[in-house]
Amino acid sequence: MDLYEHQARQLFADHGIAVPDAEVVDDPSAVHAAAERLGGRVVVKAQVKVGGRGKAGGVKVAEDPAAAVVTARRILGMDIKGHPVRTVMLAQPVDIGEEFYAGYVLDRAAGTFLAIASAEGGMDIEEVAATRPEAVARIHVDPAEGVSEAVAARIAVAASLPPETAPVLQALWQVLTAEDALLVEVNPLVRTTDGRILALDGKVTLDDNAAFRQPRRDADSVDPHGDPLEAAAADKGLNYVRLDGEVGIIGNGAGLVMSTLDVVAGCGARPANFLDIGGGASARVMADGLTVILSDPAVKSVFVNVFGGITACDAVADGIVQALDSVHLTKPLVVRLDGNNAARGRAILDGRAHPMVQQVTTMDGAADRAARLAQGGH
Amino acid sequence: MAIFLNKESKVLVQGMTGAEGMKHTRRMLAAGTQIVGGVNPRKAGRAVELDDRTVPVFGSVRDGMDATGADVTVVFVPPPFARAAVVEAADAGIGLAVVITEGIPVHDAVAFNAHARARGTRVLGPNCPGVISPGHSNAGIIPADIATEPGRIGLVSKSGTLTYQLMHELRGTGFSTAVGIGGDPVTGTSHIDCLTAFENDPDTELIVLIGEIGGDAEERAAAHIAQHITKPVVGYIAGFTAPEGRTMGHAGAIVSGSSGTASAKKKALEAAGVAVGATPTETARLAEDRLRG
Repeated sequence: MDLYEHQARQLFADHGIAVPDAEVVDDPSAVHAAAERLGGRVVVKAQVKVGGRGKAGGVKVAEDPAAAVVTARRILGMDIKGHPVRTVMLAQPVDIGEEFYAGYVLDRAAGTFLAIASAEGGMDIEEVAATRPEAVARIHVDPAEGVSEAVAARIAVAASLPPETAPVLQALWQVLTAEDALLVEVNPLVRTTDGRILALDGKVTLDDNAAFRQPRRDADSVDPHGDPLEAAAADKGLNYVRLDGEVGIIGNGAGLVMSTLDVVAGCGARPANFLDIGGGASARVMADGLTVILSDPAVKSVFVNVFGGITACDAVADGIVQALDSVHLTKPLVVRLDGNNAARGRAILDGRAHPMVQQVTTMDGAADRAARLAQGGH
Repeated sequence: MAIFLNKESKVLVQGMTGAEGMKHTRRMLAAGTQIVGGVNPRKAGRAVELDDRTVPVFGSVRDGMDATGADVTVVFVPPPFARAAVVEAADAGIGLAVVITEGIPVHDAVAFNAHARARGTRVLGPNCPGVISPGHSNAGIIPADIATEPGRIGLVSKSGTLTYQLMHELRGTGFSTAVGIGGDPVTGTSHIDCLTAFENDPDTELIVLIGEIGGDAEERAAAHIAQHITKPVVGYIAGFTAPEGRTMGHAGAIVSGSSGTASAKKKALEAAGVAVGATPTETARLAEDRLRG
């Protein structure tokens, strides 16, 4: 899960990294007072989980509280790369002396975390990394050792960072490990003209798998502005992502479902969603999944593609029958069952003999049928 | 022959007494795997009746190895305790730990992989379906009845269900070994480790490599194939139309560059001489055609 800047900022502060004073506002009528509290002149920053907001006009300096209100109103109405701005952060401006870059990221290839740091921070760090890789230090962190004072000092030297940034590198490692993050990044990390080291902006990606030992996550993970179908699916514990096509897709296992999307696309139709019922799915899960997909008006046909490994095809078929009993099916349903208990599953569906349900025995054939049905064919 | 496992492999199951552990221990026994014991510190000294078999429960991996000569462990321990389970197995000196558990925090996987590597234990997974060598042994949850005949294909995959799908498509030809390395960001065994093992396995004539979006493991595998693999390789990549993953910030982009997309992976594999199928079915046909020469 990616955090908003203001959430990342809070984690930095919690672990002893200095940040400029700021307030988070989602209501324009609260902006004037907040700006006054911050000293009048403020930076207004759009809170969206997408890069490039500065270039999109989502970060502006306002000279006084009245200007902050005007600026905040404009930014709160923006859409940045498909992300509507619903919150802004007002921050005290600082006089920047130097800009640096510091972060830790998972290096999948090495199977461990990598410290990345550079004396050249700012918006174009990716370009610096590409054109002058020697300007960016990359140092693997031994997971057993972590980032001690000595390791932090070594990273700072390798990146030509001033020695007083070393405590920030150490604290940033604390954010990564204590919060179970997959990525933490401060960009820019600045030295102000009066000598303070501050984190001006940051990104944090948390590991969803660690939620069980991070109790305070709950408050951060609820997004009241999300897609209603995605929210309904999440309520039922389904792994569902809404897309913009017309063929609803349900399968078991992320790999097979992704593959099913691709095969349907290869047949000339567009997937309406990704829905993985997971391994060992019960009839209940199957029925819930089908109900969510059928309630999407964009869906013209549904393709259920299951290769039963741990999942039993008869349980999947039972789930389809349960859903048929509770919803009025007006969209064609193409089902392909193979693997564990496939014969029993196919027999259950044959027995139900619903006129809108058809079975096709191969994945490619079923994808083609579902694609044609979505386009009004047979 | 087979990679990672053979007929003589003696297998412990950590977390055997849980619901998933019991179900799959039963299935592994039915597939002919030599299950020599379960591990549960709270149930040491007891035994579990599974169909017509009695399987002893040991208090630790070390005790199980001392009593039975076990050299493989399959881990079903739930996520909060999985790290300690793998560390324990590595400290006991076991050769292979197959970690089935899904949903293990990445920091834990990083820690136990480093720990195991330092002690010479191979970790398969986490979040993997395991490894099966039809006719020899099956350590994990791959249903043994998909492809029962030993054969000449070695298969390596990130995805469990795509492993099953391809095994089903190629059941007539058969497998030397099929390995699911797991779909998590950090895994103990890579595509490259499996390619190397298959290259050295006299029973494997052709390799099927299944990948999916995310990371750059497939691109690295492609580079390895171009330089070191002499056997024919057929590939499949899932995720051309999948929703775009999370933007990982600058640091993610700095590390992975433009890799990670399905097209980048397909292009890299094709440049290394790998025939990449558009669907699982087409991939299976490509493999059969190549085997026929």
